[in-house]
Amino acid sequence: MTTLTDPPKEHFRLSMLLYDTRYRSATIQVIALIGFMLLAAWIISNTIQNLEALGKPVEFGFFAEPASYDINQRLLEYTSRDSHLRAAFIGLLNTLVVAVLGCITATVVGVLVGVLRLSNNWLVARIMTVYVEMFRNVPVLLWIVLAMAILIESLPAPRAFRGEDATASMNLFDSVAVTNRGVYIPEFLFSRSLGDIHLFGTSSIRFDISLDLIAVLIVLGGSIFAMRKVSAWAAAKQEATGDRPTIWYINLGILIVPMLILLTILGFHLGYPELKGFNFSGGTHMRNSLIALWLALSLYTAAFIAEIVRAGILAISKGQTEAASALGLRPGRTMRLVILPQALRVIIPPMISNYLNLTKNSSLAIAVGYMDITGTLGGITMNQTGRELECVLLLMLVYLTISLSISAVMNWYNNRVKLVER
Amino acid sequence: MSDVSFVRTEMLPEQAPPASEVGAIGWIKHNLFSSWFNSILTLVSLYAIYYVLSGILPWIFQSVWNADSLNQCREIMLENWGSTHGHACWAVINDRWLQLLFGFYPSHLYWRPILALILLLVALAPVLYSDRVPTKMLIFSAIYPFLMVWLMWGGTIWGPVSAALGFVVGWGAYTLLSKQLSELIGLIGAAVAAVIWWLVISGYFTGAMDSILPIGIEAVESRQFGGFMLAILLGVVAIGVSLPIGIVLALGRQSDLLIVKYMCVGFIEFIRGVPLITLLFVASLLLNLFLPPGTNFDIILRVMIMMTLFSAAYMAEVIRGGLAALPRGQYEGADSLGLNYWQAQRLIIMPQALKISIPGIVSTFIGIFKDTTLVSIIGLFDVIGLASAIRADTAWNGIYWELFAFIAALFFVVCFSMSRYSMYLERKLQTGHR
Repeated sequence: MTTLTDPPKEHFRLSMLLYDTRYRSATIQVIALIGFMLLAAWIISNTIQNLEALGKPVEFGFFAEPASYDINQRLLEYTSRDSHLRAAFIGLLNTLVVAVLGCITATVVGVLVGVLRLSNNWLVARIMTVYVEMFRNVPVLLWIVLAMAILIESLPAPRAFRGEDATASMNLFDSVAVTNRGVYIPEFLFSRSLGDIHLFGTSSIRFDISLDLIAVLIVLGGSIFAMRKVSAWAAAKQEATGDRPTIWYINLGILIVPMLILLTILGFHLGYPELKGFNFSGGTHMRNSLIALWLALSLYTAAFIAEIVRAGILAISKGQTEAASALGLRPGRTMRLVILPQALRVIIPPMISNYLNLTKNSSLAIAVGYMDITGTLGGITMNQTGRELECVLLLMLVYLTISLSISAVMNWYNNRVKLVER
Repeated sequence: MSDVSFVRTEMLPEQAPPASEVGAIGWIKHNLFSSWFNSILTLVSLYAIYYVLSGILPWIFQSVWNADSLNQCREIMLENWGSTHGHACWAVINDRWLQLLFGFYPSHLYWRPILALILLLVALAPVLYSDRVPTKMLIFSAIYPFLMVWLMWGGTIWGPVSAALGFVVGWGAYTLLSKQLSELIGLIGAAVAAVIWWLVISGYFTGAMDSILPIGIEAVESRQFGGFMLAILLGVVAIGVSLPIGIVLALGRQSDLLIVKYMCVGFIEFIRGVPLITLLFVASLLLNLFLPPGTNFDIILRVMIMMTLFSAAYMAEVIRGGLAALPRGQYEGADSLGLNYWQAQRLIIMPQALKISIPGIVSTFIGIFKDTTLVSIIGLFDVIGLASAIRADTAWNGIYWELFAFIAALFFVVCFSMSRYSMYLERKLQTGHR
């Protein structure tokens, strides 16, 4: 509280620290700071004493030691002879994989459900309400464990695919095998590959980046840039003459032709999973733990996103739709040009916090044995080395960094679409 | 040329609307088959509903309720319906429901958690239905936390009494000092007096009173706690304690005092940036390291502390949203009435800010209640942990769906009623003109 009138000049007395609002705030802050520092010092000294008594001084040397455990779902190569740091890094990548996959699926499902909940079809709206309430009111851990149980119990074993009288068959033209040991999908292979770049030499965070992938991304980026140029040209022509030239086939050509040429040069083909012996080989193996976590997290988060999307659309007044119709816009354009840009402003901030929640909930991977950062650094590494303090603090630091980065990126985007008020 | 013009001289009687526009047929036409796309959606949904119900309903109702093991269950199924698939074996729930609800709590003491739950509802009544229950009941609500601790853990009554006396001592110090000196000194004095009471005097007081007047009930150890009771216990404590802490944190974050503000911001952002499971790791592995050597207190208490801090950070953000949504004029109005900071908060700001944030507060409550299941990962036997334990038993090895369905139903009932209550409260407190 600030004083509204200038008090008469007077000499400083000690009691003014308590009674004078000008000095009192400083007093409170100093007391709070001293209290906080005392608390921190107390905790730190206790910790040092306790660790000394246990004979475990804080040090991070154990990270260089061999991890000697296996990680079965991984993006980069890793053997059990690699260090604990490498294991943690692989775990971090696994966390990011499930977070990114989950966020994408949750957004798609969530937006669909949110829109359908507003559908004027009574039955569909009710079904979506049931879906949302069912997922929101039951713990996510239960959904994860349940998804895992469904995958293990109800899918066919690989041997059901064998022989003349196979009881199970592969889907999508024999390219995808859904078994109780995980899902096998085709992998991308290049017969005339450009090779890899090896980043960071042989250190623990060494990282191989495929040059083929980079080439594909560059061509894709170039195509999109060219498409935008063509659209801009069409818009300029429309401004000048009033006629908009038809450009969709030009854009389609720009998108597809260079990509096809590149893929032919690189010798692109798919590596299909094949049944060999008692199991599938070839293709990419997505383990049950990954699928269960991904499915459960995305369906759970989608229920929350659906509510956000619904609230966002409901927040736009009906007058906006009517005004757009009065201007002669078709329903699709009304949605794209009038409703959605306004609804996004309401939708994005809570959406950010749901993405963050999904990322943090991915730490429940430990319940189904998916080796994410919690499973490696906070799980096996911690149990093997007995370094609880270092591991848990580092784990928190990693999650804090991920969370703060996501919210920084999303806040930047939010500021871009925010309504500029006068 | 004859004149063919005709003017009707009397009103025609009102006609009934076409049969296809009113009643059930009209409703179906408008809501289910209004366009070809809607019709397709309706047919697809009808098929989906049929598909799901045709699988689930026989599973639920053509089921076995009495059996000693999963194998016996399957035998009965084979006998009755000729297959073991598509039929639930509710016998496991019939056999173990008490364990799922109470964990390993001694069965002759089940009345204590039940009584605690009933008293909880009594204690909540004046808070939840403030218009129908006399305000004097709030005294019981204030006593209840200590009563609950005594009922659940048992032991001597003087422990909880001494804990409660700490608050009385603090309150006494505050009234004494704030009248004599200043409010600020009063607050600090109250905190110091209460802490001294709890840390130093409380132990002697409990010991002395116990030897003079031993009143007590059978003690129950924390490791015997479990099941859905544990979820409710953790949830109620975290919810109850986090609301006041959250309000203080939110006020701190909005405050003009720079140091206080940044301490609050740091705390809130840190807690919200890490997953609850890492905080539970802290509770189970690190909290004892942070305390003086030799301190070893109960795992449930440690988990409660961390869960309370976790939910307080989220609560603070929700309440901050409510504070930010209040028009600036409310703050200025309070200033112009000459109210000091705390009076303004208590009489003008908080009632409105809390009302705005009810939906957020309740969804935080629901979130924290669901998150209590995470304690199964650090080895406490909550419902999910018990489900794994039951599955490890040879009699019920291989049973999944029945246990999951039961647990999901328990959580659904509690969380769904909480969200409905929040809607009721929003409607009741709606003072705007809409």
